Amino acid sequence: MSTDVSTDVSADVADVTADVADVTADVAEVTAEATRYCLSQTPLREVNQALHAAGLEGEFIIDQPFGAHAVAVGVNAPVKITVNGHVGYYAAGMNQQAEIIIVGNAGTGVAENMMSGTVVVKGNASQSAGATAHGGLLVIEGDAAARCGISMKGVDIVVGGNIGHNSAFMAQAGRLVVRGGAGDGLGDSIYEARLYIRGAAASLGADCVAKEMRPEHHEELAGLLKSAGFEDDDPASYTRYGSARQLYHFHVDNTSAY
Amino acid sequence: MAYTDDDRARLGLRESATFDRATIAAIQRAAQTGIYDIRGWGAKRALPHFDDLLFLGASMSRYPLEGYREKCGTDVVLGTRNAKYPLHLQTPVTIAGMSFGALSGRAKEALGRGASEVGTSTTTGDGGMTPEERGQSKHLVYQYLPSRYGMNPDDLRKADAIEIVLGQGAKPGGGGMLLGQKISERVAGMRTLPQGIDQRSASRHPDWTGPDDLAIKIVELREITDWEKPIYVKVGATRTYYDVKLACHAGADVVVVDGMQGGTAATQDVFIEHVGIPTLAAIPQAVQALQELGLHREVQLIVSGGIRNGADVAKAMALGADAVAIGTAALIALGDNDPKWSAEYEALGSAAGFYDDFQDGKDPAGISTQDPELAARFDPIVGGRRLANFLRVLTMEAQTVARACGKAHLTHLEPEDLVAVSIEAAAMARVPLAGTSWIPGWNNGGTF
Repeated sequence: MSTDVSTDVSADVADVTADVADVTADVAEVTAEATRYCLSQTPLREVNQALHAAGLEGEFIIDQPFGAHAVAVGVNAPVKITVNGHVGYYAAGMNQQAEIIIVGNAGTGVAENMMSGTVVVKGNASQSAGATAHGGLLVIEGDAAARCGISMKGVDIVVGGNIGHNSAFMAQAGRLVVRGGAGDGLGDSIYEARLYIRGAAASLGADCVAKEMRPEHHEELAGLLKSAGFEDDDPASYTRYGSARQLYHFHVDNTSAY
Repeated sequence: MAYTDDDRARLGLRESATFDRATIAAIQRAAQTGIYDIRGWGAKRALPHFDDLLFLGASMSRYPLEGYREKCGTDVVLGTRNAKYPLHLQTPVTIAGMSFGALSGRAKEALGRGASEVGTSTTTGDGGMTPEERGQSKHLVYQYLPSRYGMNPDDLRKADAIEIVLGQGAKPGGGGMLLGQKISERVAGMRTLPQGIDQRSASRHPDWTGPDDLAIKIVELREITDWEKPIYVKVGATRTYYDVKLACHAGADVVVVDGMQGGTAATQDVFIEHVGIPTLAAIPQAVQALQELGLHREVQLIVSGGIRNGADVAKAMALGADAVAIGTAALIALGDNDPKWSAEYEALGSAAGFYDDFQDGKDPAGISTQDPELAARFDPIVGGRRLANFLRVLTMEAQTVARACGKAHLTHLEPEDLVAVSIEAAAMARVPLAGTSWIPGWNNGGTF
C-alpha cells in the first residue's frame, strides 16, 4: 500500500481557488426566454413543483436563494437552470438530464445521487458533494469539503481546488478529478472508482493505492478536464489512485484493516 | 454411539451453564477460523417477550364483542401527518424490509404477492427495487439506506412510501453485509459492485449525520416526490425514547422501531446477540415519546422484532403500536426451515428449525439464495399464497383477542388490557404483574 503522501496539501494549490473567491459577483448570462423565479418571493415548493412539470424544456433562473435547502431537486428534463447565489443542503439532488449552474457556494450534499446531466458550482462546496451519484458530471470550481464523492456510483466529479478528508470513501464507480490536493483517508475502502489527484494526498485510506497512469488514463483524464473547462492542465501532473482490491473478501489476515 | 441425554444424566455428566455446548463450539470455531461468526436470523437468546404478557378478557366489568359476528376493524392508515397519499392498509401486519440480494427475486415476488393479496405493504431492503417486486406489490415501501445501493429517483417516485433506515434491531449501529456467494451478476449490477465480492454496507448515511440534518434530508425527499409519499424513519431499538422524539422532530410521518429479535440476512453473531434492547422494552418508550409530543396516532408507530402470531400483533398494538412488521416469520411462512429439506439442511451442517446461514446463499428452500437452481425450487405463486394465509391467520387471531377484550377495532386495544407474568416483562412493558397493581419502576412515576 502506498504511503508516499504529504501532509501539506494546501501549499501545492494555494492559487487555484483565488479566481472563485467572489463568485456571486458573476452575472449569469441569461437569454430573453428564461423563466425567472425569486426564492425570496416564491416558495421553494412552488419552484420545485414547476421544475417537475411534464415535458419541461427551456431555461430557468432562480434568484436570491439565500442558502435555501433542496433547491432544484428531482429535476428530470433537459433544461438549463441557473441559481444566482449560495444554496444550502442537497441542491440539484438526484438530478436527471438538467444542466444546473450554481453561481455561489453549495452546502452539504450538492448533486447527491445525481443520475445524469451536469451540475456546476462556481464557488466552494461543503461536505458530501456528489454523494452516491450514479452518473452525470459535477464540477466544483472551488474547494470541496470532507467526503467529496462518498459512495459515488458512476458520477464524474471535477474539483478545481482541494477536497477534504475521507473523500471517495467506499467509492464504487466513476471518476474523481482534483486539481488540488486531498485530505486524510482518501479513497478509504474504495471499490472500482478512479481518482486523479494533482496535488498531494494527506493520507490514503484502507485499500487505496497509487496506480500507474497508462495512456488510457491520460486520455480519460484529459477528456474529464476538458469537459469541466480545465483543458489546459497537463494530465501527466496527476496521480491516479484506486483500489488495491485486497479487502474485497473477508480474510483473517486483513482484520487490522477492517 | 453417542450418549443420549438420559445416558449423560445417568453418568452424572453435567453441562456448564456458562460454557454450554454452543459456547464451546463457538470458541472452537473462532480458534479454527480466526474470524467472527456471521449468520442470519435474529437474536436467539431468551428475552422477555410478548409471551410474558396476557390479555384480560372481558367478563363482568367489561363487555366482549360477539366472537364471530360483530365487526372488529383491522385497517390502518399510515403517513397521515404530511403525505398527500397516505397508505391505507387492510391489516396492520406489514412485511419488513428484506433485500433482493439477501433473498431471491422469486422470494421477493412472493412477498409482494402475499402482502398484496391481503391488502398490506411490503418493503424493498438494501439493494434497490426489482420490477418483480414492484409489479406484485400493491403497496411498496422503498427503503433509503446508508449504502444507497440502487437508489434512483425513478424508483423513488414509483414507491408508495419511503423508509429512511437508520438501523435495524439485529444490528443497531451497524451496516449490512452480503457475502460474495450472493453477489451474482444481477445483484452486483443493481448495487454497482464487482461480482462476487464481500459487500459491506455503510452504517452511517453519506450525506447527513444528525437529527437536524435528517430534517433537511426529509424535506429534500419530499420535494423530489412532491410531498406525495409518507416518509418513515426506521431505528433499531436502543435509546428508543430519544430516537423516536428526534425522528418526529425531523419530520417523520411514521416511525418504525425494530427490536433486537428482528432478523437479518447476515450480521456478526456478537452483534445480533449483544446489541439493542428487546422489542417489549422498546414499545413503551416509543409510545411515551409520541405521547409527550402530542403525536401518538398522528405519527404512526410500526413495531417489529419477533412478531410470530396474532397474539403478538394484538399485544404490540395494545401497547400503542399502530401496526407491526414481520420478517423472519414471513420467511418461515414462505417455506424457510421447512422439514421437507431436512436432509439438505443437515448436509450443510445445520438442521430444519435451526438453519440460519442465510449469508452462504445455499438455502435448500431457495429463499435466501441467488443460486439459480436453488431459487428455481421456490414457487412464488405458492409462496405468496402461503404468506397470504399466514397474514390472514395473524389478523384473525388478533381480532379474536380484541373482540374478547371488547374492542371493535384492533387499534382500540390498550395497555390496560394487558398484564405481565414476569417482573421483567412488567417493568419493560409497563403493565402490572398479573394479580397485582405493581409495575416495577413505574408506580412512583418513573421517568427517563
